Amino acid sequence: MKLRPPVVSYASTRAAILAASIMTTHAKTRIVGASVPRKEGLDKLLGCARYVDDIEREGMWHGATVRSSIPRGLIRSIGYDRRIDWTEFTVVTADDIPGQNFIQLIAADQPCLADGKVNHCDEAILLLAHPDKHKLREAVDAVRIEYEPLPPVFTIEESERRNPIVWGADNLLKSFLLEKGDVDSAWAHAAHIVEGEYRTGAQEHLYIENNGVIAEWSQENGVTVWGSLQCPFYVHRSLLAVFDLPEDKVRVIQTETGGAFGGKEDYPSTLAAHAALLALKSGHPVKMVYDRMEDLAATTKRHPSRIRHRTALDKDGKLLAMDIDVATDGGAYSTLSSTVLSRATLHSPGPYVCPNVRVRSHSWATNTVPYGAFRGFGAPQAVFAIERHMDEIAAAIGLDPIELRRRNFLHDGDTTATEQVMREPVILDQLLDRALAESDYHKKRARFARENQANPVKRGIGIAAFYHGSGFTGSGERYLNSLAGLDVTPEGKVRVLVASTEFGQGTNTILAQIAAEAIGIGYDDVAMAPADTGIVPNSGPTVASRTSMVVGRLIERAGLQLVNMLHKDAGLGVNFTRAEFFAACERYRAAKGELVSLCRYEAPPGIFWDDQKYRGEAYPAFAWSIQVAQVAVDTVTYSAEVEEFWAVQEGGRILNPVLAGGQIEGGVAQGIGYALYEKVLLQNGHMANNQMTNYIMPTAEDVPPIHVFFEEIPFQYGAYGAKGIGELPHDGPAPAILNAIKDATGIGFCAIPLLPEDLFAGLAAHRAVEETSAV
Amino acid sequence: MTAPWPTIRFTVNGKPCAVQAPPMKRLLDVLREDLRLTGTKEGCGEGECGSCSVRMNGELVNSCLVPVLQAEGASVQTVEGLALNGELHPLQQAFLKCGGAQCGICTPGMLMAAAQLLDLNPHPNLAEIREGLAGNLCRCTGFMRIFESVVEAAADQANPSEKQAADAR
Repeated sequence: MKLRPPVVSYASTRAAILAASIMTTHAKTRIVGASVPRKEGLDKLLGCARYVDDIEREGMWHGATVRSSIPRGLIRSIGYDRRIDWTEFTVVTADDIPGQNFIQLIAADQPCLADGKVNHCDEAILLLAHPDKHKLREAVDAVRIEYEPLPPVFTIEESERRNPIVWGADNLLKSFLLEKGDVDSAWAHAAHIVEGEYRTGAQEHLYIENNGVIAEWSQENGVTVWGSLQCPFYVHRSLLAVFDLPEDKVRVIQTETGGAFGGKEDYPSTLAAHAALLALKSGHPVKMVYDRMEDLAATTKRHPSRIRHRTALDKDGKLLAMDIDVATDGGAYSTLSSTVLSRATLHSPGPYVCPNVRVRSHSWATNTVPYGAFRGFGAPQAVFAIERHMDEIAAAIGLDPIELRRRNFLHDGDTTATEQVMREPVILDQLLDRALAESDYHKKRARFARENQANPVKRGIGIAAFYHGSGFTGSGERYLNSLAGLDVTPEGKVRVLVASTEFGQGTNTILAQIAAEAIGIGYDDVAMAPADTGIVPNSGPTVASRTSMVVGRLIERAGLQLVNMLHKDAGLGVNFTRAEFFAACERYRAAKGELVSLCRYEAPPGIFWDDQKYRGEAYPAFAWSIQVAQVAVDTVTYSAEVEEFWAVQEGGRILNPVLAGGQIEGGVAQGIGYALYEKVLLQNGHMANNQMTNYIMPTAEDVPPIHVFFEEIPFQYGAYGAKGIGELPHDGPAPAILNAIKDATGIGFCAIPLLPEDLFAGLAAHRAVEETSAV
Repeated sequence: MTAPWPTIRFTVNGKPCAVQAPPMKRLLDVLREDLRLTGTKEGCGEGECGSCSVRMNGELVNSCLVPVLQAEGASVQTVEGLALNGELHPLQQAFLKCGGAQCGICTPGMLMAAAQLLDLNPHPNLAEIREGLAGNLCRCTGFMRIFESVVEAAADQANPSEKQAADAR
């Protein structure tokens, strides 16, 4: 029987940390670092995992939503076509809301149901429920809504003009100003000044399971909701307000969730409230599961962005000043736009040292479905801009793009744009060396340049360098004040008590590994408590690459604390077997009742963040990555294909290599879609291509071989040295691919998605310029 | 009001069954609602994502595009029919080991597509695997570990004893 592992001690010097990384990764743990199988994997493979649409409740009805057909206007009347027998239906409008008609998020400006006016197409106005779900579609079409249209705003530029005003006093959802040094004095001394403007489009999460919930109401228990969701306590908080109920009268239970990627962070709060309103009024449990067209048309997407860079460099290509203007389209309500903008702001200067930095950022309201959380949360937009801009700078000043980056990389001891000192080792050079070697970058680049001249298919290779801040920004983790822990059941299982949810990324598995490791028992001895607000404490939302690092750390501490409780109060010896451990648990429970070990978040020491000046420790830790894309651009068909992809990253200790590799590969594939395939086409503010037939994601035939490499430097305040890696891989593919396309064609495209028609336009314009200059 | 729907008979996972349903009801809904076999999932409802893939008379079909009347007399296999006598199918074992399933919602359809592929072509190369799974969308994995799972299962089916020896190392 295995004994408890020795406690890992962390030294503060770089050499010791690097040395320790090798030891901790490969020697000091039994279960952490091993690719144990996914905790809920067997159920998923047998087809018996229960997603929300697989669940039936006694007497259950089905719900549907009547939505706005115009982007902005006043609701003049609601009529009901007489061909429908409305007595069979339950109808809910804003008048039926017992509490506040607002979804609680950062602000509370988004109505649960439109009341008198609409601010975007597909905004929910009215709800219907019926025992037969097949009767709902006809009924939805039979509700007649008359509007008085108002002029809408659809783009960042239109919103900036502030005419009309569609949100607040000035259309401005949020702004930040980040300043380091003196940007304005730097231009005069610059050898080079390079400007660029970069744009990114909206992106749909395209989780394969659409949004869905079941809600029940009873006088005794209040509201109970089961659903496909990321953040049970976000839904809980929103329902409290909509129903004006005390905390113990709302219960939210996550069901197996078929993908989320941020798309089930805030939207389920709205959907849960809708289903619960129908349940309250109908007296029946009500299921609402969107079909794909409704999910695409009505739920959140990634924020479109426009980012402008103006950069000063000295004659050696060292950065002197960066003046950055970030603008995002936030959609009709504020939702998460302020925090997405914050992360975009903090990631916009890239992984570089620069003495003078200014970032001005704004998120603008438009009359479209609110944009929301999506893997990367503002960072993919910011990284696209800076990493494309670095290649444009390199071309402008005649320096190799690799060399330009090397000359400006952050190293430990340097400060970021927020004057955060890099206290942990930063190994960008090492990651870059490895990425160049693995991809055979230099040889390929030379070979492609030779071969392209006689070939209509132009090949190219490009890179992106970036970081992703782990966990909530600034003081966010302090405000969250997460609580998590473990208990031991009479059946002899240690249970992980967290509101952190599994939606494919591996929460169940890594937290069980951490608990088993900390206590010194087997992986199979640990189970997950259901993500049920009636059972588990609030360990915070499952977002922001925080689960491994922050929640995992709480579970590690709770495991050690549990063992100490048993040492102290149940006679458990210093060395113990599994049987001795569970016998001690029994003694403890017999004497004291429950055996529960909870731990609350403690900020790492020396973390200080100034929200006003936007200065200080923006993130407790950063994950770092270099990605390399190899592309082939067919100048006859105008298709661009990624032929091979390399992702090298340092994300702290890797808790489960198979799961971590899957995170990187999945993020890269999504990033390839973001760059080359996925276009949200809005017509009068409504998503026109709201089907999988014409919103195109990469298939098994489109995704190239993806080579994944990890370097591990344990982060001393993360669980067994973990940082976050879930979002990191989505940040880099778009700029790496467009840089590779520039290498292949000589054209620096500055906007994504880059579809064949965009390539055609760019190549045609390029040819026209070449022909003109030849004459 | 009970509609006098015709009885449609077919077998699912080797068991005969009879359902009374509108003839144009989707096979997907009959499996999920009438037979309570909820392993088969709906992702798009228009034959793009493959989450609802089942095998019917030896062909891989999107059950969201098959009216149940077409299943009259047919032999249908769903994910629930893959494991036999409590023994996982080699593909299920391989997906578990290699990380071929993440959120799991595409997994039942992906397994059926992979089973179909291996039945027709026990030793597919990578290009054949990509083609065989091209009708099944996965948003989590980037497909790499799904390909690896299929390769692993093919090796497992081909030579179990050699495979066990490899695992023992």
